[in-house]
Amino acid sequence: MNAFVRRSVPGLVARSFLCLTLALGLIAGCERQSPQSSGGADAAPAPQGDTIKVGHFGTLTGNEATFGQSTDKGVKMAFDEANAEGGINGKKLELISRDTRGRTEDSGSAVTRLIDSDKVVALLGEVASGRSIAGGRVAQAKGIPMISPASTNPDVTAIGDKIFRVCFIDPFQGFVVAKFASENLKVKKVAILYDQSQAYSTGLRKNFVEAFTKMGGTITTEQAYSGGDQDFSAQLTTIRETAPQAIFIPGYYSEVGNIALQAKKLGIHVPMLGGDGWDSAELLQIAGEALEGSFFSNHFSEENPRPEQAAFIERYRAKWSERPDAMAALGYDAAKILVEAMKKAPSLKSDELAAAIAATKDFPGVTGMITIDANRNARKSAVMLEIKGGKLTFAASIDPE
Amino acid sequence: MTKFLQTSIDGLAVGSLYALIALGYTMVYGTLKFINFSHASVFMLGAWFSLGVARLLGWGQAGAEVPIYAALVVLLATMTICGALGFAIERLAYKPLRSAPRLNVLITAIGIAMLIDNTAALEKKAEIAGYTIPIGFGTRPQRMPSLFQDKAVAEIAGVNIQFVDIVVVISAVVLMAGLQLLVFGTKLGAAMRAVSEDTRAAALMGIPVDRVISITFVVGTMLAAAAGFLFAAKYPGLNQPAAANWALLGLKAFVAAVVGGIGNIRGAVVGGILIGMIELFGAAYLFTQLRDVYVFVILIAVLLVRPTGLFPSGAVNKV
Repeated sequence: MNAFVRRSVPGLVARSFLCLTLALGLIAGCERQSPQSSGGADAAPAPQGDTIKVGHFGTLTGNEATFGQSTDKGVKMAFDEANAEGGINGKKLELISRDTRGRTEDSGSAVTRLIDSDKVVALLGEVASGRSIAGGRVAQAKGIPMISPASTNPDVTAIGDKIFRVCFIDPFQGFVVAKFASENLKVKKVAILYDQSQAYSTGLRKNFVEAFTKMGGTITTEQAYSGGDQDFSAQLTTIRETAPQAIFIPGYYSEVGNIALQAKKLGIHVPMLGGDGWDSAELLQIAGEALEGSFFSNHFSEENPRPEQAAFIERYRAKWSERPDAMAALGYDAAKILVEAMKKAPSLKSDELAAAIAATKDFPGVTGMITIDANRNARKSAVMLEIKGGKLTFAASIDPE
Repeated sequence: MTKFLQTSIDGLAVGSLYALIALGYTMVYGTLKFINFSHASVFMLGAWFSLGVARLLGWGQAGAEVPIYAALVVLLATMTICGALGFAIERLAYKPLRSAPRLNVLITAIGIAMLIDNTAALEKKAEIAGYTIPIGFGTRPQRMPSLFQDKAVAEIAGVNIQFVDIVVVISAVVLMAGLQLLVFGTKLGAAMRAVSEDTRAAALMGIPVDRVISITFVVGTMLAAAAGFLFAAKYPGLNQPAAANWALLGLKAFVAAVVGGIGNIRGAVVGGILIGMIELFGAAYLFTQLRDVYVFVILIAVLLVRPTGLFPSGAVNKV
């Protein structure tokens, strides 16, 4: 006689299994380390004496994933070349990459992790200004020098004396696009569609408005969207009503594609202008022909013939089997400048390393001659690229005044 | 006039999408009395699976001719896949919790949503029998192949009416009418309504409650998948699966369901169109920066003034 009543075991097993699966799913979603970190970062870290650890925090996954991945490839190439030449005083460079996943919150925690647990002596990153600011605050507070390859918002280096950049800043970039619009395209009325959730976009918009109105142009309307939005019909309809001669979209490439498609559907055929946030191989993959005849400012054009640049493009192609974009080139320059500074600095202590970076003068970078000025920014020229025949072609080069 | 007309058309198209998603929320609430927070994730999967199926079948590649039935095939395939997924979710995650407190199921739903989002965003691939099968869709935005002609069908007062918009609205109407017919014109529909009124009494009447609930879930999920396909058709640049905007869209559809009266099919449709119109008109005529704010302000207003929504379901609260 079996009066023993059992709770349903299969049900219990199924529920435990489900809980475990859910927990694993949550964990998998939480931390995603870059699979591309240089050899040695995955295995037990080498003792501090043998290698010099440098951290790179970037958007390796997420909506603007090409930003982080291109930068990472440029940095890795620079470090591999430096290591092949003997490293820094015999010590090899080790790159540790952490993913910010395109989120400002993860930026700060990536930098904290790089500094506190990975014990890096210097940082490279990020591309997106908002994320550079978040990571930069942590780096400055902990006293680790950081070089941003491509963040253009002035607030990034304003954080403190340990934060540098190797690209131009948005006041100049806004001026560049405004000058191109009024002198080359000869337009007087421009509408603006900007990303209100990104510091880069709101900053560049302000700079463009200042520069363009000073050149005698008028802004017909300023419309906003939030990063991740997919429907821009309301904003584009309003823009269409104001009959602009061009539309300035200082956003990231992930949204520009959709914007261009919808603009064409609404019958807007004026040229579109953009900033360096457009630079990605995926821009045209999403937008297709909708961006024909549009222009954007950038740090680097493949067609601008300079010997260092041609050599870099060849080596990059040989190593990664793809063409380098501006982020890769800037990542390479930033890494090379860091290596130079490490060689010149008396030691790798943060104050001395920061001083050595600040003393960079006339460095022949792939993206141009780089001199770090008193504000820790670089004074460089910009190029305007045109999207013609599905390719990025060189339209103009504009120098700082 | 042009702007008014253009905004109305866009509002109608967007509203139809919200209505389709809201129907899923409403149906699940009606039968199971809980808000299925993983619905937005299924909507996202609908969009991404359409992309996957279209790519797999090689349609919409540059220059190639797209057969007329291509869109229908992709739609049906996506609905089937997501319907099967909905069935699996219901059986594995929600059924064991039928007698548990409502909070447990709610939390499970959120967990399922996170699981789906992050799994779909994985870049990993699996090697099975020599084939490399991608587990997730990766984290890059991708372009949905266009299965519809990209031309304007008509022009009224300077407004281009796109073929895609017409397809979206008509598909939504057809699906909603189909659902109405199912729920109010068939025996299965009567069973669904019975289960939603009183589960135990329905069981006593001989209705297979488990099966009916599963079918409700599957239908709701299939509608979300259809909405996902139509969304991908209208906005071809798809954001990555773990992006926040999918959840935001699902949330706005949830607001639509609440505004229309949760548990009520007609309410979900009216609510969806209403929310779509309000969002678009607010963005076009007022401040574009506050686009999402308008939708949620309506939610608060409705909850304050008329919490049961525009079309209250009329069911008396069980004691």
